[in-house]
Amino acid sequence: MTIIKRGLAALAAGALSSALAAPASAEPVKFDFWFGLSGDLARVVDTLCKNFNASQSDYEVVCTSQGNYDATLQNTIAAFRAGKQPTVVQVYDVGTATMMLSGAYKPADKLMEENGYKIDYSDYFPGIARYYATSKGEMLSFPFNSSTALMYWNKDAFAKIGKTEAPKTWEDVGADLKALKDAGYDCPMAINISGNESWQLMEQFSAIHNQPIATKNNGYDGLDARLEVNKTKFVQYVTDLKKWYDAGLIKIKSKDLGQDMVQAFATGTCQVIMSSVGDHGTVGKTKKEGMNWDVAELPVYAGTERKNSLVGGASLWVLSGKSDAEYKGAAAFLNFIHDPKTALFWSTNTGYIPVTKSGFEYMKSSGFYDKAPYKGREVAIASLTASEPTEITRGIRLGNFTQIRAEFGTQMQAIFANKESVQDGIDALVKNGDAILDRFQQTYPNKTLP
Amino acid sequence: MEKRVTFGRWTIGILFAVPQLILIFTFFYWPAGQAVYWSLTLQQPWGGGNIWVGLDNFRSILANADYWNSITASLTFAAISTGLAMVIALVLATLTDRQLAGSRLYRVVLIWPYGIAAPALALAFRFILAPEAGFMAAVNKFWPGFWDPGLDGADAMASVIIAFSWKYVGYNFIFFLAALQAIPRSLIEAAAMDGSGVVRRFWDIQFPLITPTIFFLLVINITESFQDSFGIVDIMTSGGPANATNLMVYKIYSDGFRGLDYSGAAAQSIILMLLIILLTIVQFRFIERRVHYR
Repeated sequence: MTIIKRGLAALAAGALSSALAAPASAEPVKFDFWFGLSGDLARVVDTLCKNFNASQSDYEVVCTSQGNYDATLQNTIAAFRAGKQPTVVQVYDVGTATMMLSGAYKPADKLMEENGYKIDYSDYFPGIARYYATSKGEMLSFPFNSSTALMYWNKDAFAKIGKTEAPKTWEDVGADLKALKDAGYDCPMAINISGNESWQLMEQFSAIHNQPIATKNNGYDGLDARLEVNKTKFVQYVTDLKKWYDAGLIKIKSKDLGQDMVQAFATGTCQVIMSSVGDHGTVGKTKKEGMNWDVAELPVYAGTERKNSLVGGASLWVLSGKSDAEYKGAAAFLNFIHDPKTALFWSTNTGYIPVTKSGFEYMKSSGFYDKAPYKGREVAIASLTASEPTEITRGIRLGNFTQIRAEFGTQMQAIFANKESVQDGIDALVKNGDAILDRFQQTYPNKTLP
Repeated sequence: MEKRVTFGRWTIGILFAVPQLILIFTFFYWPAGQAVYWSLTLQQPWGGGNIWVGLDNFRSILANADYWNSITASLTFAAISTGLAMVIALVLATLTDRQLAGSRLYRVVLIWPYGIAAPALALAFRFILAPEAGFMAAVNKFWPGFWDPGLDGADAMASVIIAFSWKYVGYNFIFFLAALQAIPRSLIEAAAMDGSGVVRRFWDIQFPLITPTIFFLLVINITESFQDSFGIVDIMTSGGPANATNLMVYKIYSDGFRGLDYSGAAAQSIILMLLIILLTIVQFRFIERRVHYR
């Protein structure tokens, strides 16, 4: 018995040492990538990482999900303060201003240049690129999972009221919702009014109507920007939403209450929702048997010249303080993600859109958008590229924006519960939001956005 | 011949206390001191420049209406949930204490809830109390708009109070039952022979004898309702609607971690700590006088 054991141990040791003795240069350089997606999407990221590791033998990326975007940023900051940060990290759109002032990153364009990769930055859709670029146009991080908001509508329900097209203006939406109600639909449209829905309701709405969220071109021109949504078309919009809610045309759906918007739409309970194109796959997979549905661009008020909608999702930042070898690996990884073939893989398996024109063309030419489950996703590209980005529609560059979004949720809840009038609620949002911005500016004295 | 290593009184005392002192210092005084320092500065999340601002953080917090709302919400939550959890637990413990068939089973069933982790508990109650699914949906059908924790702050507060009390009923129950069982049977039997009823016996004999336990649980429950409510609030209401359930401990989390405002959160933690110390002093000063220690 012991002899066998000893023999096995010797064999194992021999195998091990010969493995170690194999060419030392074959040992790949490992580097960490932390991301915030979970569940189904995390599995797609894992596959992406495996594909990268299989595509070459010099580097090995170790991909770790941190659960969600908030946790990813928190954990990364904690790790950075302890000197144990990952090389690449995924940061959500609203964390961009915070990242830019952190002084904790290596600009992505510099990284690529230093490592000999030539990236054509004009290939990125301008609405996507400018969200993550400095005011001078330098790319500090690379867009990764990008999306925008769309209107999901139930074709069967609209057929009942004699419509074959989604409403294009908010005036039409009002009339259609009324007709749907009269046709016996209990929940013509669902919205949610938590902080995260600031994205659809406030940010996307303001962009396509070319209305500012804040002064100084939405914060691009300085940390002293302050909110001004209480003076824009946004007030009219919330007034209309509240009016429709009071008339029973809109229902509030959230996970806390048992069913979120996307579920409410997919089960046929509610006929219209506004949600990320990232949910396109989920609706397709979970919809009620035989339900006909489609997506359309978010409506605008009559007489509005439509502008591009905002990009949502997250980008990849390379953190400072790592070795040259790790940076080489990170550059190879970013280059791999930039590849149109990776874009096709990524968009097929998630609902996210390709971030480059070449990626989009590649997908179009491979017939992606003609196939049943993916048909409609090209609307997101149309929405993002509806116009050349203006000073206002290139993005939002406000510090502590997560807290401002939370404040948005708080005030919307107060408005919808009749605790405050629409104007008072939005005024309070501006006042409290300004205090948050003020605090951010105090935290970074004498600093300016790059 | 005596072979004994001798230490001076002080040396041996300190020697035994050192490991504990090190632990307390590392895990309590040092982080607490750090929190005090952070509360007097503006911390940049990624480190680097920290600006000394003195008491500015406290000033801006105390000038904020949302913060006062959060204090009111916390006090309401503490008062109602502690009251509920203690009264229900005491009633159940009194009932189980009597020689009933199957009382062992009750005991096990009642002790269980405390063993359930807050997130699991909150998820279960989120489902049970959802307005459009489960039990409350039936109530809403009968009486439309009766239950709406998504927009009605009082309903949301009721939800988190129910979940929190439910958990602490189990905890309190264990202590109450132990206290009741420690009362000599002979006392109660003597009273019964003198012809006093169940209620009379409870108020004249059992209640005074378990006042130390009641007092202990009161202090613990109030403290926990300020500190342990976080998980339940996070999963059930996220502090909403319109800040109705934004308890102090939850606000510290959301400002500090989600909002990356470490200094503001540190200042709030210190205020919370002072408030809990104050409440505990009040309880020892005014309520403990009524406690009979045997």
